[in-house]
Amino acid sequence: MQAFIDGLIRGWGYDPATWAWTQMVYLAFMGAFAFAVINFAAITAGIFSWAERRVAARMQSRVGPNRAGPFGFLQWVADAVKLLTKEDLVPDEADKFLFRIAPYFMMVGFCCVFVTLPFSHVLIIADMNVGIFYILAVTALIVVGIIMSGWSSNSKWSLFGAIRSAAQIISYEIPAGMALMIPVLLAGTLSTQGIIRAQGGMPWHWFVFDNPAAFGAFVIYFISALAEGNRTPFDLPEAESELVSGYNTEYSGMRFSYFFLVEWGNMWVMSALATTMFLGGWNIPHVSAAEFDAAVGAKAVVWELLSLAIFTTKSLVLVFVVMWLRWTLPRIRVDQMMNMCWKYLVPASFAGALFVAGWMLIVHALPMLGTLMHLVMFLGAGVLPVTFFIMRTLKNIRDTGDKFDFTSNW
Amino acid sequence: MTKAVRAPETPTMDMTNKEVMRRIEYTGDMLLNMGPQHPSTHGVINFLVQTDGEVMKRAIPEVGYLHRSIEKIGEKVTYNGFMPYTDRVDYIAAMFANQGYAIAMERLLNVTVPKRAEYCRVIACELNRISSHLIAVGTMAMDIGAVTPFPYALREREFINDLLEELCGARLTYNYLRIGGVAFDLPDGYQDKVKTFLDHFEKILIEFDRLLTYNEIFIQRLKNLAPISPEMAIDYSLVGPNLRGSGVKFDVRRDVPYSIYPELQFDIPIGKGEVGSVGDSWDRFWVRTAEMKESCRILRQCIAQIPEGETMAKMPRKIRLTEGLEAFSRIESARGDMQYYVIAGAAENMYRCHVRTGSFTAMGIIDTLSRGLMIADLVALIASFDVVAPEIDR
Repeated sequence: MQAFIDGLIRGWGYDPATWAWTQMVYLAFMGAFAFAVINFAAITAGIFSWAERRVAARMQSRVGPNRAGPFGFLQWVADAVKLLTKEDLVPDEADKFLFRIAPYFMMVGFCCVFVTLPFSHVLIIADMNVGIFYILAVTALIVVGIIMSGWSSNSKWSLFGAIRSAAQIISYEIPAGMALMIPVLLAGTLSTQGIIRAQGGMPWHWFVFDNPAAFGAFVIYFISALAEGNRTPFDLPEAESELVSGYNTEYSGMRFSYFFLVEWGNMWVMSALATTMFLGGWNIPHVSAAEFDAAVGAKAVVWELLSLAIFTTKSLVLVFVVMWLRWTLPRIRVDQMMNMCWKYLVPASFAGALFVAGWMLIVHALPMLGTLMHLVMFLGAGVLPVTFFIMRTLKNIRDTGDKFDFTSNW
Repeated sequence: MTKAVRAPETPTMDMTNKEVMRRIEYTGDMLLNMGPQHPSTHGVINFLVQTDGEVMKRAIPEVGYLHRSIEKIGEKVTYNGFMPYTDRVDYIAAMFANQGYAIAMERLLNVTVPKRAEYCRVIACELNRISSHLIAVGTMAMDIGAVTPFPYALREREFINDLLEELCGARLTYNYLRIGGVAFDLPDGYQDKVKTFLDHFEKILIEFDRLLTYNEIFIQRLKNLAPISPEMAIDYSLVGPNLRGSGVKFDVRRDVPYSIYPELQFDIPIGKGEVGSVGDSWDRFWVRTAEMKESCRILRQCIAQIPEGETMAKMPRKIRLTEGLEAFSRIESARGDMQYYVIAGAAENMYRCHVRTGSFTAMGIIDTLSRGLMIADLVALIASFDVVAPEIDR
C-alpha cells in the first residue's frame, strides 16, 4: 500500500521522500484503512450472526428471523441498535477497569488480523513479509481479553469459562501454527499473497492436495481454528448448558456484543486463512499470477472482481461448514479437548512438517512425482469423499426420508 | 494465643447446607452453587458442588424449591377434584400421574373399568411415554452441547401433543382419566391418525440413532460415565429406565401387571453396556430410545385390538368412603415406578395421599456418583436420570 500512496503523491507533483506532508498523508490513509477494517469486521460479523440463525433454523426445522427486512436480513441491524441502547451494567463486585477494557482487547486482536488477510489480487492492506507470523501473534490478544473478562467479572462461572478458554486457545495455537507452517514450507514465504501466488487456480494446484501431510495439515488447522474460535465441538468456554454462558455472563449491552462480534467475525478469519493457505486463495483457473500482474485495462478489472468473488465464495463455503458443524455435533469434555490437542494434533502436525520437508526434497529431484501426487490427492482426498458424502445423503433420504405432510394440520 | 481450630470432617447429608458450605470453604475448594436457576438442572433444583478446578469432589443435591404440597391439597379437595392436581405432579408425563391415582381409587371403590376405557388409557399413556422420552432424549443432547436434536425431538412431540389434544383438549396437563374410566372416547378416525404418526415416527427414531445415539463425540462423553451396578441401582431404589439401564429387567407393566398390559406383547429393553460398561449414562440414554420403539409396538397392538363399548364405569356422583380404607397402586410411569397410596377420610376427601416418584430417588444417588467426575459430567449425569423438578418435590 505504501507504494500506492507514494505513487499518488508523485501524481500530485511532490517527491514523497522529501515532501513535508508525506507522513501526514500516510497517517490519513492509515486512519481510513483502520476505519474500513473495523467496519468490514463488524458488518461481516453482523451478517454472519443473521446467517447463522437462518442456517440453524433451517437445520432445526424452524423458520428463524424473518421479520426485519427480506428474509429477516436486517435482524442484525436491529440487534445492534438494541444492544447499543442497552444499559452498560458493571457488577458491583467486579474489577471495574479490567471489566470495561476486556472487550476492547478482543476487538483489537480480532481487527488486527484483517491487516494481512487478502481479499483479492490487490485488495490487501499490507502484504507483510511476515504475514502469517503476524496473524498468529495478534490473535493471541483475544485470549488476553477473555481471561480479563472472566477474571474481572468476579463470578465463578465466568472464571471457569475464562480458564477453559485460556487453556484451550493456548494449547490449540501450537498445532494451528505448525499446520500453517506446512504451506509456508511449500511456498517458501510467510507473506499471505506470496503463499496464494505459489498455488494455482485449479483444485489440484491447491496446497491442500499437494501431498498427504498437507491435507492432514488442513484438517489439523481447521480443527484447531474451531477450537481457537470457541466453536462447537470446542465451545467449552461458553457452554451454556454447563457454564450458563461462560466468560461473558456478566456483560450487557455493547460490551456483550463485542464478544459475539469477535466470535462471528472469527469465522471469517479462520475461513479466509484456510482459503489463503490451503485452498488457492483468489487464484483464477487458467490464469497464472504473472499473467494477472501483467493484465491492464478492463481485463484487469474483470479479473480483479473475479478473484474477489472466488476468494469470497471459498471462504463462505468454509463458514457454512463451520456453522453446519456447530449445529450438528455435541460438545467434547475439557479433558478430551486437551487429550486431542496434545496427544494427537501436536505430534501429527510436527510429523507432517517433517514429512513435507522430506517430500519437497524428493519432488525437487523428481518433479513428475509431485504432479502425480497432486492428481492422486485431488481424486482421493477431494473427489472421493465428496462423492461418498452425496451418495450417503441420498441413501439416507431414500431410507428414512419422511414423506409426512408437515404443512397440513392433520 | 491462637485458638485451636479443629479440622471439620467431610460434609455429610444430615448437616444443614450452611454447615456444608462452611466446611467446604474451610478445605480451600471452590463451592459452586449450581442452580436453582441453572439452565441444565431441569427445573429448580440446586446442587452444592465442591470442586477443585474442573474436577468435582462431590455434588450435593438440594431439593425442595418446587414443593407445592400437592399431597396436602389431596386432603382438602374431593376425590374427583384431585385428578387435575395429579397432572402437576409430573407435567411432562401427566397421563401416568392420572393413571396411578385412578387405579388407586378404583381399588378403593372396587370398580371394574370397561375394556375400551382401559385401551384408551393405554393408548394415551404410551403416547405420553413417547413424548416424555423425547424430551429426555432431546434435553440429554442439549446438555451435551448438541442443540439440533432437541428441536427435532420437540417437533415429533408436537404431533403427540396434537393427538392428545384431540383426545382430551389439553396439550400438557391432560386431566383425561377419570375414576372408573376416561373422560372422552376416542374421536373418529383416531386409530388411523395414530398409525400415520407411528409410521412416520419409527423412521425418525432411526434418524435419531444416526444423528445422536451413535455419534462418536456423544459416545465419548457418555460411555463409562457414572456406571451404576445392578446391586447399587436396587440399593438406591432406582426405578424405570434408570434401573433398566443398569441391566435389571424390571418393569411394573410386566412384573406387577395392571390394566391390559398382560394382553400386550412387548420387550423390556435393558442396558447391555454396548459402548462402555453396563449401567453407564449412555445405557440409560439408550434404554429410553429403545423404550420408544417398544411403545410404538404397544400402540400398534392397541389400535388394532381396541373393542367397542362403554368408556366409563357406573360411578356414584359423589364419592364417600368409610374412614380408614386404604389402597395402593403401582404403575410404570415414564420415569419409572410411580406409586400412589391413598387412605380414605371421613367426609368426601382423603385422609392421606402419598405419591412415590422416580425422580426423587434418583436424586439420592447423585451425591455418591458425582465424586471425581467433572462439572460437564454432572450435567450429563443429571440429564441421564431424566429428573423432572416438580416430580422430585411434588
